Amino acid sequence: MALLDENVRSEVERVFAELSGEVKLLVFTQEFECDYCAETRGLAEELAALSDKVEVETHDLLGSKALAEVYGIDKIPAIVVLGEGGKDYGIRFFGVPAGYEFSSLLEAIKVASTGDSGLSPEAKEALKGLRNPVHIQVFVTLTCPYCPMAVQLAHRCAVESELVRADMVEASEFPHLANRYGVYAVPKVVMNERVSFEGALPERAFIDYLLQAGS
Amino acid sequence: MEELKFLVAPETGKGLREGHLYDLAIVGGGPAGLTAGVYAARKKLDTLLVSRDIGGQTLLTSDIENYMGYHYISGKELAAKFEEQVKAYPIDIAVGEEVVSLGKGGEDFVLTTATRKEIRARAVIVATGKRSRPLNVPGERELVGRGVSYCAVCDAPLFSGKDVAVIGAGNSGATAVVDLIKIADRVYVVDIMPGWRADPVLVERIAAAGAKVKAYFGHEVVRIEGRDRVEGIVIRPRGGGEEVRLPVQGVFIEIGLIPNSDLAKGFLALNEAGEIVVDCRCRTSVPGVFAAGDVTDVPEKQVIIAAGEGAKAALSAYAYLIGQRR
Repeated sequence: MALLDENVRSEVERVFAELSGEVKLLVFTQEFECDYCAETRGLAEELAALSDKVEVETHDLLGSKALAEVYGIDKIPAIVVLGEGGKDYGIRFFGVPAGYEFSSLLEAIKVASTGDSGLSPEAKEALKGLRNPVHIQVFVTLTCPYCPMAVQLAHRCAVESELVRADMVEASEFPHLANRYGVYAVPKVVMNERVSFEGALPERAFIDYLLQAGS
Repeated sequence: MEELKFLVAPETGKGLREGHLYDLAIVGGGPAGLTAGVYAARKKLDTLLVSRDIGGQTLLTSDIENYMGYHYISGKELAAKFEEQVKAYPIDIAVGEEVVSLGKGGEDFVLTTATRKEIRARAVIVATGKRSRPLNVPGERELVGRGVSYCAVCDAPLFSGKDVAVIGAGNSGATAVVDLIKIADRVYVVDIMPGWRADPVLVERIAAAGAKVKAYFGHEVVRIEGRDRVEGIVIRPRGGGEEVRLPVQGVFIEIGLIPNSDLAKGFLALNEAGEIVVDCRCRTSVPGVFAAGDVTDVPEKQVIIAAGEGAKAALSAYAYLIGQRR
């Protein structure tokens, strides 16, 4: 049975009409698919069917170990969103991007396609001052209406700066991580294991934390 | 596993035009603001709807069973339907912008957003809704995001297999309990009143969960305990008696709401509760400024009432603008 109903599919087509460059979704799963692995793969396949600019490539986490290492995939289900020519901007989704996060997946495809982060000119300028790599993890639940703001901002920063990698992490699918990072409210943002905060912050405040994490 | 839903975000491209003089600026994107948007668009008013989000408090409600036309609908689905309807019209919509001030600028009104954008309009509808009221007990502020939550629908999935307390036995508290029954191990309910104030249908659903839910009615919260995370709450019977410590990892505070009327302070008349005072045509103390929904002193806070008030406010704004043109 299809995951996306007709209404959602037509909304997706509206979003996809704006795609310029090609996008590849690398889906990591395993032979005996985990909770939501099948759904994540199915979702990526249904999206790809809606645009000739979107392609899916499915990999087994263990079978494609070397590739998983290249993209830093250590848990599944995972989606890597690659831009034109397989360019890796650092956009990752861990856990199924359903509920409110579905819009984050669409947004990630859009920004990876155009290669334009859509950040404000001030934010772009500020990110040039980043010195060290920053790994952002944004913990979410699928019922949290504010979470996509944080996820999408993190992904935009990843597109803007080669030093940034940004993961959406669906907290209830990875309880050990939620436990390790003390996720009791979402969105919770963890940057380089040293900076963390809760809530969907405006662009400027988010980037201040990012610069702090990369200093 | 629960059935997955896929929600597409609002299209935010249209945005706001700085420097443009709108006929009408609607502040807030809940049921009142969105309904006002549809009515204003149908009157062909040059309209901007500016809001932090689309859906407002509706997004934080899991199930809605009393909005006419839908026997049962989730808050986010209803918000999506509102959004779809308002977006069928050519009005400007700026999502993710919070209006922080509202005042007069010559003959027009000037609104400023948190990102320092300026909006000019000939008439304004304030439909900014309400937000959660804090308990104001020791430990609460320190432990926000460490187990203290004001958004049960957001954070409930993080408390799988844990013990939690819901403070407040009204409709929002009862809804939080219903959500948490499916997730948490044990759910305590604490309220200063002697019993449930929620709709009987919700109370019945909670009763069906049996011993998983334990209520402490007639109790108040003394403090929330914990260092880096919530470890428990201390409650005591109202009017004296022995303190009880409940070992919980989550505290969901659902004791009512406070109006988002900060932008109107000093400009519009507010009542003691901070709500914007309106007459039966949604007019505020300043001609040309209207208000609708939960932010106003209209007593019942319901989606259907907010939507109706939003329609009224838009029609009143239209009448006002027509009068100005003479």
